[in-house]
Amino acid sequence: MNGDGVMTRRIVTGLAAAILGLGIATAAQASGGGTVGERHWSFQGIFGTYDRAALRRGLQVFQGSCASCHGLKYIAFRNLQDVGFTEGEVKAIAVDYTIADGPDDAGDMFERDGKPSDRFPSPFANENAARASNGGALPPDLSLIVKARADGANYLYGLLTGYHDEAPKGVELMEGMYYNDAFSGNQIAMPPPLFADGVDYEDGTEATVEQMAADVTTFLAWAASPEMETRKRLGIKVILFLLVLSGLLYAVKRKVWADVH
Amino acid sequence: MAAPTMNNRMIKWFDDRLPIFTFMHHELHEYPTPKNLSYWWNFGSLAGIMLVVMIVTGIVLAMHYTADANLAFGSVERIMRDVNYGWLLRYIHSNGGSMFFIVVYIHVFRGLYYGSYKSPREVLWWLGIIILLLMMATAFMGYVLPWGQMSFWGATVITNLFSAIPLVGDSIVTWLWGGFSVDDPTLNRFFSLHYLLPFVIVGVVVLHLWALHVHGSNNPKGIDMKGPQDSIPFHPYYTVKDLFGAALFFVVYAVFIFFFPDYLGHPDNYIPANPLVTPAHIVPEWYFLPFYAVLRAFDFDIWFMPAKLLGVIAMFASILVLFVLPWLDTSRVRSGTFRPVFKWFFIILIIDCVVLGYVGAKAPNDPLIASQESVQAANDEYNACVAKADAAGKNGEEECDKPFFVQYVHLGQLTTAYYFFHFLLLLPILGRTERTLPLPTSISEPVTKGGAGAGQ
Repeated sequence: MNGDGVMTRRIVTGLAAAILGLGIATAAQASGGGTVGERHWSFQGIFGTYDRAALRRGLQVFQGSCASCHGLKYIAFRNLQDVGFTEGEVKAIAVDYTIADGPDDAGDMFERDGKPSDRFPSPFANENAARASNGGALPPDLSLIVKARADGANYLYGLLTGYHDEAPKGVELMEGMYYNDAFSGNQIAMPPPLFADGVDYEDGTEATVEQMAADVTTFLAWAASPEMETRKRLGIKVILFLLVLSGLLYAVKRKVWADVH
Repeated sequence: MAAPTMNNRMIKWFDDRLPIFTFMHHELHEYPTPKNLSYWWNFGSLAGIMLVVMIVTGIVLAMHYTADANLAFGSVERIMRDVNYGWLLRYIHSNGGSMFFIVVYIHVFRGLYYGSYKSPREVLWWLGIIILLLMMATAFMGYVLPWGQMSFWGATVITNLFSAIPLVGDSIVTWLWGGFSVDDPTLNRFFSLHYLLPFVIVGVVVLHLWALHVHGSNNPKGIDMKGPQDSIPFHPYYTVKDLFGAALFFVVYAVFIFFFPDYLGHPDNYIPANPLVTPAHIVPEWYFLPFYAVLRAFDFDIWFMPAKLLGVIAMFASILVLFVLPWLDTSRVRSGTFRPVFKWFFIILIIDCVVLGYVGAKAPNDPLIASQESVQAANDEYNACVAKADAAGKNGEEECDKPFFVQYVHLGQLTTAYYFFHFLLLLPILGRTERTLPLPTSISEPVTKGGAGAGQ
């Protein structure tokens, strides 16, 4: 068995890669994944909603600490009105952005102030520009980040709070990389984005790293699933309706079947 | 075959020229159905309901979707965010795929247990398998449409399977792709076929129902209806029973749609497709996992047959074997209720399929029992030994014993072998040797004195 075993396993490795077209190396890397804890979120559970105050703070963190490298292209400013921002506030937020528009009547592109219908502009013109500014790494758009990672909210919080000042003993960091507990492989190109008092919260909350991480996670969870509150509210109604309907249909069934023996 | 009494003269006029009302009355109302069908018989109509749900939501989604490699991902997000109740439509459709498969798998296993494939229902059974194959093709292509990472890489892996075909394999793959990789032409044709195939399924479902109505439903006792005392009209008895079952089923379905809409999906599919970045683990949707495990169980060549080809053949054979099942199962007793030994093997088969699904979700070469650390340690030791031997001028790979540990692929091989053993060896032998229990003489008189009518 053992002599065969060597051969078999070599074939296993070679063919698994060939058959599936996937690299064993990448699979092996992934197995050294990061660790993530669990936290309570306002939006979990069947009655969960997004904490409005956390969303406001989270927007501040996003604008202050994330938006210089990460886009949020599926969110329009007007979407903020769905979670408690007033029309005036949304206009004020939008107008701070410069949007490339055009062509105008003369055929020229021009820049103008943002409007509520605009989406958050991406910080880089294209992927190459983004990579060139970030040491070759591409900062992903954050619109869907919470859905695009397993256990997304806990992962994101873990990532934002999981930086070490120095890599643990025996770990050799590659050039320009940072050690992070949550990140797969523990080496991440993104420098620690959050620092205590990195933003001045409008509501006076103390801006600890944990607070900022939780707030921006709530904000990005909303960005990934803006329909969640509507969905859950409707879901409760639909399920209650279906349960009553099931009960009624069961009664009808019993009555109809009463004469069958 | 009495025509229904028609009070409306217009309907009667029409029915005289095209007897569609008579037909419906005959097939949906008075259609004699065994009176003893259990709730396991609800899953056929549930499958029909799911087909309609999928087609209706799919047609509306297609109104908003864009089949273009650069736009598809964004158009799905537009549906989720900007189309009125678009998120609901999409979640009904994406979870609907899973629900459809759950229902159909239960329907298939119900048929397996109660011998619904046996004479005179072989053609009915065949049509069911064809529907299953069409569903698989449709679901696979549907999963590609959002153009996320799993869409793209799943499509790449599965279409690549065809390259295992000798001589023409690579040409076939290029032809399927419409190019030299999965790209825009692939997405467009998948969308076209994903829209087409459900209607082909409708056609085969019509044939399936036609074949069903020739001899009527099988039943938990697996014996034929012997007269009017054994049957009840389909309506209202089974219409109301099916409706009740459907309402309960929709509760489960709704829990997924509204509270766990992405639970059955993969997070990577919310990352736009990127041909330059391969996901760490490429896994298909859960309903394909058992077949994926069969595909990957073959990690060795046999004679001139490369492992890849064997895997592909085995994967298709795992379904195709069902076509000959009516002749592989030699028992004359249909229902598992009266087959005391078969009953246990049926349970083992279910466990086998679940384990196959579990294996399909795992990386094949991950250790099954040993911890990652101990495997790592053993591998490090081996590598050190090889390096030392090589340095000494010997062939390290021959000198050192490579550590062996049980991997998921080994469990996959065991369960794959068992799957085929069940159908190809066990059922033919069991049918000849099993002492079945005495069959009841009729559906309405379940209590029998002797063993009249029992197999053997």
